[in-house]
Amino acid sequence: MPENFEELELFAPGHRGCAGCGASQIVRWILKIAGPNTICVSATGCLEVFSTPYPETAWRVPWVHAAFENAAAVASGVEAAMKKMGKDVNIIAFAGDGGTFDIGFQALSGMVERGHNVLFVNYDNEAYMNTGIQRCSSTPYGAWTTTSPPGKLTIGKEQRKKPIAAIIAAHGAPYVATATIAFLEDLKRKVKKALSIKGPKFLHILQPCTTGWRFDPSLTVTISKLAVETGVFVLWEVEDGDFDNKFRITYKPKKRKPVIEYLKLQGRFRHIINKPEIIEAIQREVDEKCAKYGF
Amino acid sequence: MAKIVLKGNGAVALAIKMARVDVVAAYPITPSTFIPEKISEYVANGEMDAEFIPVESEHSAMSACIGASAAGLRAATATSSQGLELMHEMLFIASGMRLPIVMGVANRALSAPINIWCDHQDTISARDTGWIQFYAENNQEAFDLMLIAFRVAEDERVLLPAMVGLDAFILTHTFEPVDVPEQREVDDFLPPYRPKHAYLDPERPITQGSFVYPEYYMEFKYGQWIAMESARDVIDEVFADFASRFGRKYEKVSTFMCDDAEIVLITMGSLSGTVRHVVRELRNEGIKVGVAKITVFRPFPHKEIIRAVKNAKVVGVLEKNVSFGFGGAVYGEVLATVHGEGLDTKVLDFIVGLGGRDVRVEDVKEVVKICSDALQGKAVDKINWINVDKEAVKNA
Repeated sequence: MPENFEELELFAPGHRGCAGCGASQIVRWILKIAGPNTICVSATGCLEVFSTPYPETAWRVPWVHAAFENAAAVASGVEAAMKKMGKDVNIIAFAGDGGTFDIGFQALSGMVERGHNVLFVNYDNEAYMNTGIQRCSSTPYGAWTTTSPPGKLTIGKEQRKKPIAAIIAAHGAPYVATATIAFLEDLKRKVKKALSIKGPKFLHILQPCTTGWRFDPSLTVTISKLAVETGVFVLWEVEDGDFDNKFRITYKPKKRKPVIEYLKLQGRFRHIINKPEIIEAIQREVDEKCAKYGF
Repeated sequence: MAKIVLKGNGAVALAIKMARVDVVAAYPITPSTFIPEKISEYVANGEMDAEFIPVESEHSAMSACIGASAAGLRAATATSSQGLELMHEMLFIASGMRLPIVMGVANRALSAPINIWCDHQDTISARDTGWIQFYAENNQEAFDLMLIAFRVAEDERVLLPAMVGLDAFILTHTFEPVDVPEQREVDDFLPPYRPKHAYLDPERPITQGSFVYPEYYMEFKYGQWIAMESARDVIDEVFADFASRFGRKYEKVSTFMCDDAEIVLITMGSLSGTVRHVVRELRNEGIKVGVAKITVFRPFPHKEIIRAVKNAKVVGVLEKNVSFGFGGAVYGEVLATVHGEGLDTKVLDFIVGLGGRDVRVEDVKEVVKICSDALQGKAVDKINWINVDKEAVKNA
């Protein structure tokens, strides 16, 4: 971690991110920890669009973007190039949930299996936000999106969220962790740890989206925090995919809050707030998951 | 210089090795599989100082080449048919980002129905991706054109990716003696790639692949247009330099008995030899026919095509691709070129050899027969499918 990290700003202000968007904060903090000896790769998505409106750029480190589904493959090529040149550089790929869970999944799986020395960061806002809020395999059960609309026959998204971090860990990746910007010290520690390990690393960072989740831009951190305090999003890390011996919950809420406190702040769940059987189903699932994690 | 007996695929792999490519990312597909196999073997034995990335798809193969080339290194790959189609999206991005990646393509038919044999539908369908396109007639050409492709692609006046097509099985799997220069001679011909526009260096951070609004997009595209136009002269220069070093002279369009020909046949790839053979025979019968072989399809060699056909009355294009609802792509371009020049030459299209259908001597003779009929003023079809069982299709 650079000594001057407090004042070091490698992701410049003045970009075109929405007020209340956590993606820019995720990048800002990760680059503070990584320092200038870093190359970034982005998937197509909000981050790429709002940070690189030609001829401007918010990136003060080398940055490359090619397409939506291939940040991991482009990063693989960049890493191979650095290896060929004998350069020791942090290589960090950023992708949204579409570029990680769905269209980018194959390239990511390939990159991890081949063992490229890359930190892949997924900022997960639980839908295709750049195209205007369409459902993704990251979208949680019950959520409204423009392609999982609640109707006479449906409640919103009917399927559960794909457990992406566990899936990547199951590849045997040396380091996989979950994080949010509400727990900044936890995030900073995980970035530092990830960058100290050789091989493919994966960070799954929950990124509440003010426009897609329908909440006031002042609530990004509050909602991030509630996701963790309710147990909806669990902060953990695992090494080598070894869930038996090298798995750790990095934050346990003292007393878990009911999920309704998290759901009720978000317009995307408005249609289920008054449907106790759905809220109970979500609560039950969170309870079962947390019981497995021991809290 | 040494004569080595090589398959077409072996010639491509050896050229990639001798070009001192830094990063190769590739995925197996029949019939180009041998190329990544051979390169992984070179790397495994320490014969080639490169990073080989055994990617999980052709899309990732091109993506990884883009990453490596954006980082400022020489990158190459090889594929065929469906593989080229899977990376189609990334072909535009490689050229749009002005990354001089070089790729060998085993020209193979596209599904459906699935078929692994030769035609040119794959690379012809990549015509508008902004890549320079070369087509090899034999394994020597495959080897030479690969080296030439790097020199042209990396020229600062060009900076565009380039692909070299070689016919599936007919070349990829056929052994031929190939003149292979010394490594030192290749190094002199192809100096190290030192890009001023594309690199990923923390000491000099730049942004590549940014989001471009309507006020700049057309300028990026016009830049690509200019680069492809500049490639015309650069290709001639590189062909000339190659000839002076290695004694083999390439031309964008090479002609055979065209000067006094009333009928000129246009070909690409391995078919050219058969056509020249037939032309030689027919010349003995007094038929004034010649052949013009297209080696460079992008940029399209307008001037050279005109030079080849200017004395002809009928031009017959033999091609292994079809654009449904129009005709062959080469026919369309030759037609536009010839009539755009104000010539009243008749241009006829002959769809041949799709999916590995042999193009036999009698097929070429049939083509010449139809051209001769046209020459005598008889009514003939503009688009002709040769050696196809039309009755079977009607009755199906």
